Parts: sequence; C-alpha cells; structure tokens
Amino acid sequence: MKIDSATIQRLKEKVAVYREFLKNWLEPSNLARLRPKLEFQTGILAGFALLASVLLGVTNCSTEDTIQQRLNEDLIKSLEEVVPAALHDNDMLKDTLTVPSADFNIGAKETTVYLAKKAGKINAVCFKFIAPDGYSGAINMIMGVDRDGNILGVRVLSHRETPGLGDKIEVAKSDWILNFVGRSLDNLMPAQWAVKKDGGVFDQFAGATITPRKSVQAINRGLQLFKAHQAQLINP
Amino acid sequence: MFMSETYRKIAGDGIWNNNIVFGQNLALCPLLAVTGTATNGLGMGLATLVVITASNGLISLTRHLIPSEIRIPIFVLLIAALVTLVDILMNAWAHELYKVLGLFIALIVTNCALLGRAEAFASKQSVKQALWDGFMMGLGFTLVLVALGAAREISSAGTIFANASLLLGESFKFLEITVIPNYKGFLLMALPPGGFIMLAFLIVGKRLIDQKLAQRKVQPAVISEAITE
Repeated sequence: MKIDSATIQRLKEKVAVYREFLKNWLEPSNLARLRPKLEFQTGILAGFALLASVLLGVTNCSTEDTIQQRLNEDLIKSLEEVVPAALHDNDMLKDTLTVPSADFNIGAKETTVYLAKKAGKINAVCFKFIAPDGYSGAINMIMGVDRDGNILGVRVLSHRETPGLGDKIEVAKSDWILNFVGRSLDNLMPAQWAVKKDGGVFDQFAGATITPRKSVQAINRGLQLFKAHQAQLINP
Repeated sequence: MFMSETYRKIAGDGIWNNNIVFGQNLALCPLLAVTGTATNGLGMGLATLVVITASNGLISLTRHLIPSEIRIPIFVLLIAALVTLVDILMNAWAHELYKVLGLFIALIVTNCALLGRAEAFASKQSVKQALWDGFMMGLGFTLVLVALGAAREISSAGTIFANASLLLGESFKFLEITVIPNYKGFLLMALPPGGFIMLAFLIVGKRLIDQKLAQRKVQPAVISEAITE
C-alpha cells in the first residue's frame, strides 16, 4: 500500500478522535456515571483480569530462559562446592545418569547423578537428595562422592529449619556440615552414622537435635544409594 | 518546611500513630513468621515496603475505574499479580537477592495490610499521597519488624543482626554484634510463642509512651485553667 500525505493526515485525525474519546471517557465524572452499571462492572473486572494475566504471561515467557539459566548457574555452583575443581574438567550438567532411588527414602523416585570426569575418566559423582523428615519439612541437600564411596562434600541447598537453631546445617552459619568430608560407609560402623546423642560420631546442636539427626540419616541413605549403583556409576 | 501538613500527618500515621502493627494490628502472620532474627525482619520489611508502595500507587491510579461493589476482588487481583511479578522479575534479574528475600516475597500475599491500605487510603487519595502513604506504612512496618526481630534475637541467641552480610553484602558485616557473649540461648523466643510474647511487650511499650505523651499535652492546659480560677 502506498502511503501519501493525505492518508497520514486522515490517520492522524482518526487517532485524535480516539484520543479525545478516551480522554472524555476517563473523566472522573463520566466514570462515576458508569460505575454503578452492571455491564461496566463486569467489563472492568474482566479487563483487570485480562491485564493481570497478560502482564504475568508476558513476564513469565520473557524471563523463563533467564531463570532457567540462573538455576543452572546455581546448580553448577553447588556442584563445584562438593566436587573439587581438580577432579573434573567436563560440563557436569551434560554428563548425567539417572538411577532409581525409590527404596532409599531420599525424596525422589529417580535421582539424576552428575558425573565428574577428568580426561574421560570418572573421578567422582554428585547428586541431590532430600531428607524428607526434617524438623519443619524437607531438607534439600547435595553430595559429592569419590569412586570409592568417600564423601567429598555435602551442602544444604534449602531447608525450613528453625532460624538460629536448626539452620546450623548451612555452611554459611556453621562448619558442622564439613565434618562429613572423608566419611564413608566403610570407615564408620553403621551405628556410628548418628548424632552423638544417639551413640554416633556427629555433633548435634544445642536446642536442635532433630535437624542434625535427620540430616545424618539422609546423608547415610545417600551413600547407600551410591553403593547400590557404584559399579554402574563409575564404569558406565 | 519541605513537607505540607497532609504529608507530615501521613508520615506520622505510617510510622507511629496508625502503624500497621501497633495501630491497626494487621499483618501479624508474616510478622510472627519471620521475626526470629533482626536480619530476617529487615528483609521482610524491605520487600513489603516496595510492594505496598507499588500497590498503593497502582490502586490510586485506577481508583476512578473501580466500582465500589467489586473493589475487593480487583484489589486482591492487583496485589497478587504485583507480588508475582516482583517475584518473577527478582528471580530473573536480581537472583542473588532473590535467594535471600525470595521466601519473604511470596509471604507478602498473606499480608492483609496491603489490602487494608488499598481500601482505607489508596482508593480515595491522589497517586502522590497514596505512594507516600505506602512508603511510610512500609517504613513503619519495617521498623517494627526489625525491633521485634532484634528483641527476639537478643533474648533467644544473644546476638543481633546475625548473618546480615548474607542479606546486605559483606560491607554490612559490622552490623553483626554478639550482645551477650557465651549466652546459653532461650529457645522459646525464637519460636512462634516468643513472637507473641515479645510483640505484647512492644505494644505495651508503645501504649505507655503514648500515655506519657498525652499526659504531657494535657498538663499545661490544666495549669492554665487553675490560674484563671
């Protein structure tokens, strides 16, 4: 279509008419007249609902990839916290295996295991697991284990334990979680995999016993998961 | 004076006279849930401050469009949409902050003070006044949250602003103070009942101060009366 100055002039006039109409319509006095009408109320409620859904939909679509990327960055960061950098040179997010974990009570039917490889050789694995029975809900954790089943590191990803008491499982608040480094199912007796109050070797916190107890038990179950699939995981 | 009488009154109402917690007794759910420590209180307060200012502004902007018969569903819709929007945007663009404040953002939906301010103030006043009211109400709420959080933290763990550097960055490490060294801890104050107990003390304190202020105002009047007789 050819656009000449006459068309532009006509369009401009039309826009001016609409603008004038909208301005008059939005006058408080006009709106006051419309507000008691049922059809206006229906329309306004629908309009606000539409506006809210469009706004949220657009925001969600436009940020989805960014959020996924941020979550991946978070995951890489926590993977690197539990697997020393010297042990791998691969992209752990891409080298994964999925093993069934329904029997281990770690919160998921299947667990994705991230493989840490150096020059093609698997040096360590790490995986997320859950203590489903924390003091106030699930405790999400991640653990790195070397080929022989020794713990390289454990971190708590998220939890809802009591602030100031149970939250000492976070590495930001106490060194407690570092005590697991080097532990394995072989170098501790099954009875020692418990807090001191229960006859084990791990400290509990003053005022909070359930949180560390359930964390220790879940970490133990995580190691059992590794042991059950050890052959498959280190020689895929 | 840089503020007119109206704006000064709004500020005074928000921070003291009609404070969300002390004056209106609203928002007790998020209040008691997060004030185990002063740092958490501050985080929740700041998040609320932003959202209540925005929701007040938005509702005041559209106040002529909203028929009074269906105002409540529209307010709820606007506030919920706004909170979700802030939640998504922060997750994408301020992810580090989101990891600390994310929990509080979702809790803001349970804050009836937002609906309260929309209904009582924003739907009747100009945008500028509504924004100012939202800001001052948010500020007043933040102050109470920090005061309550600090009081509970000191009595439960003997520290104040523990882990503030996680929320505000390393440069705020100086806020982290151990008030009572070698404190054995008083678990009750960290748990929800401690929140109720400490809140009661704070409200009593506020009422006592108000009483003192009222007496001071009354006294000169009485004296002059005595003189005229």
